[in-house]
Amino acid sequence: MRFGISSYLATAPAVLAQSHKQGGAAVVTFNNDLTTLDPQVGYDWQNWSVIKSIFDGLMDYKPGTTQLEPDLAESYTISDDGLTYTFKLRDGVKFHNGRAMTPADVKYSLERAVNPATQSPGGGYFSAIEGYDALAGGKATELSGIRIIDNKTISFTLTRPDATFLHLMAINFGYIVPKEEVEKAGSDWGKKPVGTGAFKFVEWVPGQHIVLERNKDYHRQGVPYLDKLTFEFGQDPTVAVLRLKNGEVDIVGDGIPPAQFTEIMADPANKDLIAEGDQLHTGYVTMNVTQPPFDNLKVRQAVNMAINKDRIVRLINNRAVPANQALPPAMPGYNKDNKGYAFDPDGAKKLLAEAGKPQGFTTELYAMNVDPNPRIAQAIQQDLAAVGIKAEIRSLAQAEVIAAGGSGKAPMIWSGGMAWIADFPDPANFYYGILGCAGAVEGGWNWSKYCNKELDGRAENADAMVKADETDKRISEWKNLFDDVLKDAPWAPVFNEKRFTYHSARLGGDPALFTDPIHIPVNYDYIFAKDSQ
Amino acid sequence: MVFYLAKRLSASALILVGVTLVTFCLTFIIPADPVAMIAGRNSTPETREQIREQLGLNQPLPEQYANYVKRLARGDFGISYARKSAVGDLIASRLPATLLLMLGAIIAELLIGLPAGLYAAARRGETGDKVAMTLSFLTVSTPQFVLGLSLLYLFAYRLGWFPLSGYGTLRHLILPAVTLGLAGGGWYSRMMRSSMIEILRQDYIRTARAKGMSEKRVMFVHALRNAILPVIAMIGLDIGIFMSGVVVVENVFGWPGIGQLMWQAIQSLDIPIIMGVTTVAALFIVAGNFLADLTAPLIDPRIRLR
Repeated sequence: MRFGISSYLATAPAVLAQSHKQGGAAVVTFNNDLTTLDPQVGYDWQNWSVIKSIFDGLMDYKPGTTQLEPDLAESYTISDDGLTYTFKLRDGVKFHNGRAMTPADVKYSLERAVNPATQSPGGGYFSAIEGYDALAGGKATELSGIRIIDNKTISFTLTRPDATFLHLMAINFGYIVPKEEVEKAGSDWGKKPVGTGAFKFVEWVPGQHIVLERNKDYHRQGVPYLDKLTFEFGQDPTVAVLRLKNGEVDIVGDGIPPAQFTEIMADPANKDLIAEGDQLHTGYVTMNVTQPPFDNLKVRQAVNMAINKDRIVRLINNRAVPANQALPPAMPGYNKDNKGYAFDPDGAKKLLAEAGKPQGFTTELYAMNVDPNPRIAQAIQQDLAAVGIKAEIRSLAQAEVIAAGGSGKAPMIWSGGMAWIADFPDPANFYYGILGCAGAVEGGWNWSKYCNKELDGRAENADAMVKADETDKRISEWKNLFDDVLKDAPWAPVFNEKRFTYHSARLGGDPALFTDPIHIPVNYDYIFAKDSQ
Repeated sequence: MVFYLAKRLSASALILVGVTLVTFCLTFIIPADPVAMIAGRNSTPETREQIREQLGLNQPLPEQYANYVKRLARGDFGISYARKSAVGDLIASRLPATLLLMLGAIIAELLIGLPAGLYAAARRGETGDKVAMTLSFLTVSTPQFVLGLSLLYLFAYRLGWFPLSGYGTLRHLILPAVTLGLAGGGWYSRMMRSSMIEILRQDYIRTARAKGMSEKRVMFVHALRNAILPVIAMIGLDIGIFMSGVVVVENVFGWPGIGQLMWQAIQSLDIPIIMGVTTVAALFIVAGNFLADLTAPLIDPRIRLR
């Protein structure tokens, strides 16, 4: 992990918290209006971090890092069998409406995420909690596994040990909401959020802006630093860059437009204004292993060797690093000794010949129709043509590519613009839905339809290691598992995207906060205004 | 007259039903599944099936459509898939911005088109006429996103006369209104020119000139009044043209209207919003055409409404 802030924060968080004065404001631009601020519903990269600033969960991550720490929980214990998690709630946490948060709110919020009426895209994450099937199936109104012990303590009983459970208490879908406000707002709840987070919601003018102000009662002392945070919508990133140069805005939320990237990066004036960081992302080509010719391992390996990843990375102005395995380098379990399949067109041709396809074959490559994905698909097409594989490009709208992948209709898909960015920093999040049998069903996101029962079993065994002293062993199990996935080659990993955040000179904060791996694009709670210092 | 109104109104209602039917079918022809978009990438087949049932998407298509029309008749546009809030409210909150933009565009096209047409008619066959008509041809054929971005770069970024984007003041309105109205302006200048040339051939104009009336007075007092009416009568039809233009123009300028809402809904396959905006836009187009029909006889008494 190369986030410089992590060790610093781990040793002396209080220093950071007191080192800046509160005050000032920041303006963030986005092209599209947000869809919703409902934490149980919002699931795109744009609303993800705004929700994080308004709401909190029992767990969180140290700012700028992927290190878990308690948040609304003060402490927690895990039973020896790994099936019961007991959380002690922090004192003095208040919702923005002034009411104190209680264990009943925690229970309500988790049940709200699982309740089918909410239509939460993340409800499935809580499937290990006892009573999930009954509530998700509409046969119960509560999760029987959640017990309120006293007015400060709550416990979760699971049906299977789940080492990712603490991460699940830190994702947006598990954030705590006040029941009375949800019910009062009805279908407007997503537009009038009330949480316990660092910022308090002020107003949302559709299509124009959202304003948040500092929560003076926030349970963490001294933060957030900014008094006011404004998100402006309808701002084309090209226009937003011009406005940032004029001093009108502080952060280009959509990132630096590709057409201006080289120019902006080359300008020495921007040296301290662009934060560069890793992202928990891998872009890959899926191959449908249930259909010929991709049911043949040698053909899949040949595709892996045929793609010139360095050239594709250059094509997108080096805004990524070539990928050699499914996991991105910033993810625990990444095997830095595994170099993957080297670019070797001759080797690829040999493998194709061994697979009985010396003349190559004709296939289809699906890709999302938004730049740069069609260009990347064309580069892949050229590389494949060089070894004799004629891939016709199907450039379609996002929803159509996802449908083609889910139904198993697409022989090959370039995942760019759709998959995969981790929801939480754990290797398990890169397996079950996209490489495991659970995702290899009609409508699932395992577009290779790769289902290896043996690996599924090993994954479950790894996730049963919940004790703190088993963490290293668990991660090494995952590392081995992903090495074996690579041998089977259901994907050709292509690159891991990097993030570049362009911000105004008046904003300060560790660069890691501007490319926070959890708060995308920026961790708004810890950045500060230099003109207020 | 009453009979005519009744006939036109019922035809309009039929058109509206037709529009909803076609849009409804189109959203189902797209090879994509809205449930997959709602349920998210981590969902199980059971969850997806449940959501499908909740939304009534497991019913036969005709039944779904009948339910939709029934709700629509009560003014209920349904609930947005991605935003989980009432589509009617979403449209209502954005409609004023779109109407303001359309009003601005109508003013812009008249301010551009009428003087240009008048000028060209007065200079008929001369260089000024040819320049004006070439320009009008250009404005009619330039794509709006090219025009919008060019205006934005020149007048907002280079010259700094207008804000780079946004909403709220008259200065915010001018560039998007001109972008939306310029094509119409080119169109109107051509209509104004031919209408004026035709009027100038009339006997009463010759008489006025013979009486020794000044050319200015002939043009502005006698000819203009008669030439302008058929042009004005076309405004109703513009509403339909603008309704398609706002999707592009609102996105270029960050204008918070229904065009922007529509664009974002298309990206996330939010079918209730797509249906709702289409229906509202169709309503405006039908109303605009209706108005154009009604004003026709007021302008030319030879037209009778039957």
